[in-house]
Amino acid sequence: MKTSDAPKNSTIKVDYLARVEGEGSLYVKIKKGQVTDARLKIFEPPRFFEAFLRGRTWKEPPDITARICGICPVAYQMSSCHAIEDAFGVKISPEIRELRRLLYCGEWIESHVLHVYMLHAPDFLGYQDVIALSKDHPEAAQRGLRMKKIGNDIVTLLGGREIHPINVRVGGFYKIPAKKRFAELLENLKWARDAAVETVRWAATLPMPDFEQDYTFVALRHAEEYGMNEGRLVSNKGLDIDIHQYNHTFFEKHVAHSNALQSVMEDGSNYFVGPLARFNLNFDRLSPLAREIAREVGYEPPVTNPFRSIVVRSIETLYAFDEAIRIIEADVFPEQAAVEVRPRAGTGYGCTEAPRGILFHRYKFDERGTILDAQIVPPTSQNQSTIERDLRNFVPRNLDLSDEELTWKCEQAIRNYDPCISCATHFLKLDIERES
Amino acid sequence: MAEIKKPKLAVWKFASCDGCQLSLLDCEDELLAVADSVQIANFPEASREIIKGPYDISLVEGSITTPHDAERIHRIRRQSKLLITIGACATAGGIQALRNFTSVDSYVTTVYATPAYISTLKKSTPISEHVPVDFELRGCPVNKYQLLEVINAYLNGRKPNTPPHSVCMECKSKGLVCVAVAQKTVCMGPLTHAGCGALCPEYNRGCFGCYGPKETPNTASLAAWWREHGEKNTDIMRSFRGFNAYAEPFRKESEAHENI
Ligand code: SF4
Ligand code: SF4
Repeated sequence: MKTSDAPKNSTIKVDYLARVEGEGSLYVKIKKGQVTDARLKIFEPPRFFEAFLRGRTWKEPPDITARICGICPVAYQMSSCHAIEDAFGVKISPEIRELRRLLYCGEWIESHVLHVYMLHAPDFLGYQDVIALSKDHPEAAQRGLRMKKIGNDIVTLLGGREIHPINVRVGGFYKIPAKKRFAELLENLKWARDAAVETVRWAATLPMPDFEQDYTFVALRHAEEYGMNEGRLVSNKGLDIDIHQYNHTFFEKHVAHSNALQSVMEDGSNYFVGPLARFNLNFDRLSPLAREIAREVGYEPPVTNPFRSIVVRSIETLYAFDEAIRIIEADVFPEQAAVEVRPRAGTGYGCTEAPRGILFHRYKFDERGTILDAQIVPPTSQNQSTIERDLRNFVPRNLDLSDEELTWKCEQAIRNYDPCISCATHFLKLDIERES
Repeated sequence: MAEIKKPKLAVWKFASCDGCQLSLLDCEDELLAVADSVQIANFPEASREIIKGPYDISLVEGSITTPHDAERIHRIRRQSKLLITIGACATAGGIQALRNFTSVDSYVTTVYATPAYISTLKKSTPISEHVPVDFELRGCPVNKYQLLEVINAYLNGRKPNTPPHSVCMECKSKGLVCVAVAQKTVCMGPLTHAGCGALCPEYNRGCFGCYGPKETPNTASLAAWWREHGEKNTDIMRSFRGFNAYAEPFRKESEAHENI
């Protein structure tokens, strides 16, 4: 990490951003107290998923696209399954739908808890990492690790393993584990739900930088549920569309200063996806307990300070535990692990709420179900332009900080989005200029 | 009195999904103990702190796909006493090695509007094609308990205990019903390196080879058997072109079923 002289006229460079998933760097240029450039550079090597999906069969995207991101493989499996089922006109059973939701709860939990305790909280408390944090706050660290493990237990039971589950297929699952295996999770889940309440209260005590912003929040909205696998795409600025309209509303724009393709809305403006967007747009769909605890710590929409996302992520974690318990206690499991799937020619769309925000997939098939074309838009590429805007607005207010402090604060501002750079790059333009 | 020096551990990333290094953070019960027995000197996914090399153990995730990375791996090798590659990307080139069977330029233009910005090599290659590697741990992703075993073994100066036999053997020893025989499912278990505990067969599914080839796999005989049971050449080719497509036995077998 390099920083330079006086904050009035300086450059902030973090050559290798830590505690994010993937490889990225940060570049902010300050001239006479003005930010003249702010870039989140992505130098993660491209892996070309959309290209090599062409010619593969309809059965393969859940396993292949999972490998875009080891932190949220279930999201890729869900969005791809829904898109393919959309193309073939497949309707899954309500029971399979519930189990998918349970699996997704597991991923939200493990991903959110990882971020809250291990990646983001150290910033608020001034530690380099969770290991240093655990020396002074052993109880919090242990609590986080145990909660994360319990989230992973759901994914492992239903998916076979926590990273790149093997049990998800188009139409449902390969196998439904025995009922009693689910029931065995309940005791831990109930402990974890209490721990999640503690987590919300704890996160709410962290020192919050003051940074209210005006954002366009975009999330799925469902008639009855907190948006996860299904819903319409809505925003706080009046957007309300079917997911099939995605490509008419969101565009990939070439931004000259960053050599990056970024997702923007029709008028070129940026938007915000992820926990904060979901919370603001779907507060009324949270479970009563999650709403109650959110109110207790003073969180109700609109929350417009991105640093507060750590609290919102904790509230969503509480919701996910609550929802997992609800699904298991309802005790309705599919008779058949999967419904029948018959390929046909056509195009299908899928959009689900990954832990970091909406994840869009589109596939075009020939009549045998061979992929002709694929498009994948991960959440981090949708947030990237908002992250850069935050940096441009955040830095000028904090010029009195030393370079070292300001750099760390900028990193923290980026980590507000829990950016997953491995995901974003298979479509982002790379800035191949490297500092090393 | 001088503190006893802990061995330094570094984790490096190349083209990958981060899943293999995440396995380390997924060791919820063991993580703090691991952090006690080694000094985590370079692990950007988990920590801001970067401690200078040399390192006692370097774990390397990901494959080599850019000119810059082809140089970077040499620098890492020079700083590392032991270099251990983890996962299919690092040991075989990963799913991104599918470019090796076509022209990467066509891939670049499919995904990116301005190909000139993309700096990429024609092939995605395993770390061992570039530098000597002390140990390779297979899997997409690696098994986290095997990962702990490997770290533990090297800390104690012994060889890791990671059986080299096939998934098929793991399946038998678990007493699972053979999905290939019972359900006529295409299963790569007889060819695939052990380590997952025969996960897919346990979930009524054929193995798709995510742990890569075991030693001296008889790919041709299994492919012939699949053909007898009605699999087409293109399907056979695709089966070998997965997460370990560029591992030599799988690469050769897939090429044998190309364009016929
Ligand atoms: S081997 Fe698989 S799990 Fe590991 S980094 Fe590569 S794609 Fe991810
Ligand atoms: S059975 Fe095969 S494909 Fe499934 S997890 Fe094991 S090695 Fe991977």
